[in-house]
Amino acid sequence: MRKVYNKIESIAGNVITVKADGIKYGELAEVTTSFGTSLADVIRLDGDTVSLQVYSGGRGVSTGDEVRFLGHPMQVSFSDNLMGRIFTGSGAPRDNGPELMENLIEIGGPSVNPAKRIIPRNMIRTGIPMIDVFNSLVESQKLPIFSVSGEPYNELLARIAMQAEVDMIILGGMGLKYDDYLFFKDTLEAGGALSRTTFFVHTAADPIVECLLVPDISLAVAEKFALKGKKVLVLLTDMTNFADAMKEIAITQEQVPSNRGYPGDLYSQLASRYEKAVDFEGAGSITILGVTTMPGDDVTHPVPDNTGYITEGQYYLKNGRIEPFGSLSRLKQQVNGVTREDHRALMDGMIKLYAAYLEAMEKKSMGFRMSDWDTKLLKYGIVFEAEMMDLSVNIPLEGALDKGWEIMSDCFSPEETGLKTDLVKKFWPSK
Amino acid sequence: MAVSKGKVIGVNGNMVTVQVEDVVSMNEVAYIEVGGKRLKAEVIRIKGNKAELQVFEITSGIGIGDIVTFTEGMLSVELGPGLLGQIFDGLQNPLPKLAEECGFFLERGVYLGALSTEIKWDFTPVAKVGDQVEKGDTLGTVPEGIFTHRIMVPFNYKDKYTIKKITSAGSYGIKEVIAEVEDSKGKVTEITMSFHWPVKRPIANYVERLRPVKPMVTKIRLVDTFFPVALGGTYCIPGPFGAGKTVLQQVTSRNADVDIVIIAACGERAGEVVETLKEFPELIDPKTGKSLMERTIIICNTSSMPVAAREASVYTAVTLAEYYREMGLNILLLADSTSRWAQAMREMSGRLEEIPGEEAFPAYLESTIAGFYERAGRVRLKDGSEGSVTIGGTVSPAGGNFEEPVTQATLKVVGAFHGLSRERSDARKYPAIHPLDSWSKYTGVLDVERTETARAIIFRGNEVEQMMKVVGEEGTSINDYVTYLKGDFIDAVYLQQNSFDPVDNAVTTERQDHIFGIIIDVITSQLDLDTKENARSWFNQLRQKFLDYNGSEWENDIFKSLEKEIRAMIEEKKLGVDENFQASKSAEEA
Repeated sequence: MRKVYNKIESIAGNVITVKADGIKYGELAEVTTSFGTSLADVIRLDGDTVSLQVYSGGRGVSTGDEVRFLGHPMQVSFSDNLMGRIFTGSGAPRDNGPELMENLIEIGGPSVNPAKRIIPRNMIRTGIPMIDVFNSLVESQKLPIFSVSGEPYNELLARIAMQAEVDMIILGGMGLKYDDYLFFKDTLEAGGALSRTTFFVHTAADPIVECLLVPDISLAVAEKFALKGKKVLVLLTDMTNFADAMKEIAITQEQVPSNRGYPGDLYSQLASRYEKAVDFEGAGSITILGVTTMPGDDVTHPVPDNTGYITEGQYYLKNGRIEPFGSLSRLKQQVNGVTREDHRALMDGMIKLYAAYLEAMEKKSMGFRMSDWDTKLLKYGIVFEAEMMDLSVNIPLEGALDKGWEIMSDCFSPEETGLKTDLVKKFWPSK
Repeated sequence: MAVSKGKVIGVNGNMVTVQVEDVVSMNEVAYIEVGGKRLKAEVIRIKGNKAELQVFEITSGIGIGDIVTFTEGMLSVELGPGLLGQIFDGLQNPLPKLAEECGFFLERGVYLGALSTEIKWDFTPVAKVGDQVEKGDTLGTVPEGIFTHRIMVPFNYKDKYTIKKITSAGSYGIKEVIAEVEDSKGKVTEITMSFHWPVKRPIANYVERLRPVKPMVTKIRLVDTFFPVALGGTYCIPGPFGAGKTVLQQVTSRNADVDIVIIAACGERAGEVVETLKEFPELIDPKTGKSLMERTIIICNTSSMPVAAREASVYTAVTLAEYYREMGLNILLLADSTSRWAQAMREMSGRLEEIPGEEAFPAYLESTIAGFYERAGRVRLKDGSEGSVTIGGTVSPAGGNFEEPVTQATLKVVGAFHGLSRERSDARKYPAIHPLDSWSKYTGVLDVERTETARAIIFRGNEVEQMMKVVGEEGTSINDYVTYLKGDFIDAVYLQQNSFDPVDNAVTTERQDHIFGIIIDVITSQLDLDTKENARSWFNQLRQKFLDYNGSEWENDIFKSLEKEIRAMIEEKKLGVDENFQASKSAEEA
């Protein structure tokens, strides 16, 4: 039964109200305006007054426009036809391809029973040494990339999308600049990864409500693929835009703001998305990498702060590099013990020496005299930054570990590295 | 009073407004019927014939006119044998059973019995026919794992009763009648082994509350020696993300010297609960030789599960703790994290359009937090035995700033404060409890005089360290420099503890006392160290030896030989009592 209403009672921001009967909370409706048709969903019921949030925004909606209730909540089509396709936040094609209508699934479903979760155990290789060697990404992990605006976070995501050893990628763009959207599209096309990727993109110029839908729609699709046995990597950029969209909508709806204008449920809202990351026993998995830009490089800003409490570590992008001290993969211990015997020792050893290099740099800049050891460290630091930290470095884990030994042997004698003797015997390059 | 019915007249997020026909009470539980499912909800405000309900599930699909059935009962938990070893959600749904029934996802509207009705318990009667009993009195006992579980007169029986009938010893299920009692008016009721109790009402069948004076040993040196927790006391662990709150709680849940540990994972990562879920059954409790899981209950309402149930979860946990306290047991409740619980309150308060307090938290935040922590306590029961509930809650302050409302409200009511610092966790100094900012009002396992001495050195050492940042090593006197090294030494070998080391992760009080003696010897001695270079290298050597010593098994050969070496090192450099220390001592005496 589809009901049509022709009288809109009020319009405020993106929210319209109509008088209607028999409507369910969360139900979807179509609003037909002189500019075209938009979807809207029910966000409040009060007697026969139904409040709807219009996806394309309230601008231009007239009180005489038509509202048609569809009798079901927000859905998205799910099939293998999604591969290589690009959609908007509300699931409409963005790539001139056909609209997909078959096998509709609901978005924002229930969460996974904690008793069915398993301890993560597989590493996802990316070919980026700062990830693979120092902070391994683990299947079913949720990790944000903390970054200041201006850092090459989208370039990093695009590289991960092309190189990560997963079955498919779902890229959710929120508030993306149109240029960035084209960058992703072109890069993945050129790299041949588009065919295993599905895009849900909200650009900065699109209606704000669609921004809110991107994570849900991306994760709903990811979940179905994962249940079918696929290893899915969901890339979200940028979650701060998502939070800001939430803030905008909450404030127009006159909700009481908590911290810096963000709604009080910011934590729960972010958590319900990030917690979709899971490894289904006997099926596939969802891994989430989300960009969180930090306004003013402030990690205590509500968005990165709440994110940090939810996610399992973070990659900290600074000066065009993944910074080794601020970055942490909480799950790396689960996987880096079985990759190669020298992995953990080399990881710790190289980072300790790099920390010593930074101290030596500080001494140097303060004009202190450099000892022999300091000079060695300075040499090491420069090589380490160029051959390991630089984002353009692209080598598999084993290659990166070998490279690590090479750098060490170029700069130090074995006993200076503090590495265990048996490892040195086995891996120290002979010259 | 008939069971009330009602109809939905409004939906806003997880709050539903219901038009009621009859009597409703505050906090009454109701079920909303949606598409063949019944969604649990709780009355949180009543206005005329309208009741506002918070729904413990996702509310999509609820429509105007949907039928609501009230239950007359408040949100309650089922109490009886078989709670130990279980994993519940915030509403006491057993999660593993739910998984068997529904698969990977938490389907809404599925509520299962908390206790198995199939298990038979070996009941031994204690009371006899003709005995006078009242609520909380023991009728008989069943063995539950290593404990003797008391089958008590349900706590909601308000009268005095005479036992008319009690079954003989034998195996019974929790729903089988084990006794019949008659009240003062001659009405006879049947009693089974399980009953319900509302979670927001403290269980108080004890004779009196006692002061928490006995330390609860955690086997964490920093806690036991410097910031002790008492049985029946309360403490909080605030800290920014990544500072090690959860690891600290996990270590405590393994090693704490209590009978039962209840873990309330409240609004935190599911992955962390999974680690506990999978590890605990494998770990052996050194005290009992049985799996740790047998003395543990996990209440798990992780961050993506419905918010209203998160609010309920800490109450569910504390009610179960109080129930076992009635059996003369010591229970530790670990709540991770109370900030998420406070946020759940904030969300509901926002929906109710209440006037917000600081950072939009409701005005009743402080009294609610106080009310929760006050449910801890050591008590004397009617039979003379003692039991206790100790509560340790983590706090996740926004931006790591302790000035925020939840941390401040918590600090007002707890007996110990273990503040974690980003500075220490970044330096990989674990546990990252800040040795200068933290405090405890309880008595520790070691004598106060010695701990105060050590505390003074840590304080002074820190002062010197701050000073050295300005004037450099060159501008610091050798005496000050040695004080700094002493402070650093205590930090490195005593305050820090490796929770992943098989020996160092749990240190008995006996061992703490023993090694603390050596440390006191070092820090109160005048040492023969003439240059800073010598001092540093001597302390480095001593520290290295001490760390090996900490990692060696208590009183085995390596332990003994390392101790001999350490003592020899100290004797070699010792000139007498430190004059600084002596001066302060004599000043005190004067």
